[in-house]
Amino acid sequence: MSEKTYKPGNYPDLPPPPGTVGVYGWIRQNLFSSISNSLLTIISVVLLYYLINGIIGWFFLDAVFDAESKIACRKINDGACWAVITRRVGQFVYGFYPEAERWRIDITFLTMFIAFAPLLYPDIPKRKWLLYFSLFYPFFAFVLIMGGYFGLQKIEYSLFGGFMLTVILGVCGIVCSLPLGILLALGRQSNLTVVRTLSVCFIEFMRGVPLITLLFVASSMLNYFLPPGTNFSILVRVIIMFTFFSAAYIAEVIRGGIQAIPKGQYEAADALGMNYWQKTRFITLPQALKISIPGIVNTFIGLYKDTTLVVVIGLLDPLGIGRAALADTKWNGLSTETYLFVALFFFVSCFAMSRYSLWLENKLNTDKK
Amino acid sequence: MVINNNKSSKTVIQIKEMHKWFGNFHVLKNISLGVNQGERIVICGPSGSGKSTLIRCINRLEVHQQGDIIVNNVELTGDLKNLEAIRSDVGMVFQSFNLFPHLTVLENCTLAPIWVKKLPKKEAEELAMELLTRVKIPEQALKYPGQLSGGQQQRVAIARSLCMQPKIMLFDEPTSALDPEMIKEVLDTMIELAETGMTMIVVTHEMGFAKKVADSVIFMDEGEIIEQNDPKNFFNNPKNDRTKLFLSQILNH
Repeated sequence: MSEKTYKPGNYPDLPPPPGTVGVYGWIRQNLFSSISNSLLTIISVVLLYYLINGIIGWFFLDAVFDAESKIACRKINDGACWAVITRRVGQFVYGFYPEAERWRIDITFLTMFIAFAPLLYPDIPKRKWLLYFSLFYPFFAFVLIMGGYFGLQKIEYSLFGGFMLTVILGVCGIVCSLPLGILLALGRQSNLTVVRTLSVCFIEFMRGVPLITLLFVASSMLNYFLPPGTNFSILVRVIIMFTFFSAAYIAEVIRGGIQAIPKGQYEAADALGMNYWQKTRFITLPQALKISIPGIVNTFIGLYKDTTLVVVIGLLDPLGIGRAALADTKWNGLSTETYLFVALFFFVSCFAMSRYSLWLENKLNTDKK
Repeated sequence: MVINNNKSSKTVIQIKEMHKWFGNFHVLKNISLGVNQGERIVICGPSGSGKSTLIRCINRLEVHQQGDIIVNNVELTGDLKNLEAIRSDVGMVFQSFNLFPHLTVLENCTLAPIWVKKLPKKEAEELAMELLTRVKIPEQALKYPGQLSGGQQQRVAIARSLCMQPKIMLFDEPTSALDPEMIKEVLDTMIELAETGMTMIVVTHEMGFAKKVADSVIFMDEGEIIEQNDPKNFFNNPKNDRTKLFLSQILNH
């Protein structure tokens, strides 16, 4: 092989050797790098083919989407019997919310995306105006869902259920626990002994008790601790407990973020004459929250899934609705379909949160751009 | 090298018999030092000699336990009002730059002027651009610190301090974390700053800078000011043995 010679300092940038980059290079390096690797690849592809074939068959091709009962389903085809879902989809989504009023839930749900948009996407156009709507949204949603004002029929919270209940509990818990968690994290780092002690006690207590215990407390005992005369609905009490519980976890996650900030950051802020709240707002929190995004979203996802625990205190979340459906003699034994459907709903919500957190992390990464 | 000497006899920093301890460790011992307006002082000494601690006491990043420090006629005490007043008059540049990584270069420069000095945003940005031009990196204003080289970051840090329009600038080993080829650009910036008549206290091992710019060089060891003299006498005939040893170690290698 004759190597071309160049004058010192004139060596050009050459392309990489063929077969090491691009699609072909990737396939060669990752799938067919050796004989055993190639064999594994082929076996996996064959296995995947049969698996996916079976799954698609059961889920879609051989599935029955509407029928009177399980027995009717089986007469038509032997795949999944989705009729248990399609016949009861209203209950899965709205619980026992009166059918004529369900449009209120639909509007609340759709407008929720508008309310969240300016909070989740800082670059959105007209953000300032949308933020006013976000601020106003909780009242709007409360009135619309609960009714009793502006001629809207008042709906008892005991009729709430299904995915709507999950979303209410999850969103309220998430929205309230983040600010509370931030305050607790700052409190735990505070120089004021009283504030610090109170924060530590709260965090340690909430983390040290199973959530289910807190829910029982919410359903039975919380009124003893509150000032006499106050009477929160069970829904509000449960939301308070979810908020406290996940705020304690979030506080610890954010504390980790705060402690990861180099001391020099505070010194620089001090040297510029910034006071505690300026430092917290502009230096500590933006950096600590950025570091904590994966942990915070992790806690949120946990909270969201833990909302299914309300079934133990008699609230009908999607799992509760599913159990009710299965208890019906018409649908007896279709637990696979029912639980898969509920699982799919949770997966979609949680996956969306997870992807958002990845996107946000990427966006806030200022090191390379 | 001609540096305009508009020094007055007005004392801006007065340190009297100041002591500081870290726990039981006596880091600063009986420090007395006066700095006049426009004066440029270089502090050198072996590591652990307390020179960084000394300048960090001047804007109270470290708290002294005994003696007085008076900056701009205000005594440094636990009083937060005094402290904030002094800190916005005293700029500081750190060895590790300490830029805020989540803010752009421009935001780094405007944050404190807007929130501490309550300058309108537009004015703060104009001032920042002017100072970024002075340190020769206006084109980097919209980048993040992580995208800049060390020398550029340190120049941004200098501009950030200057945006507060300080009367005194403290430099804590500003070139120690830099690659050799970047030291010069930072030193040049500092020399230009000295030419404007800024009062400067610089902790550094760059003796060339001390010879060129300093009005007075201080040698510290084990928490004491061992020797203070004008650069010519300091380098040519040091009086104290420890100074001689130190100079021979850093100058002959």
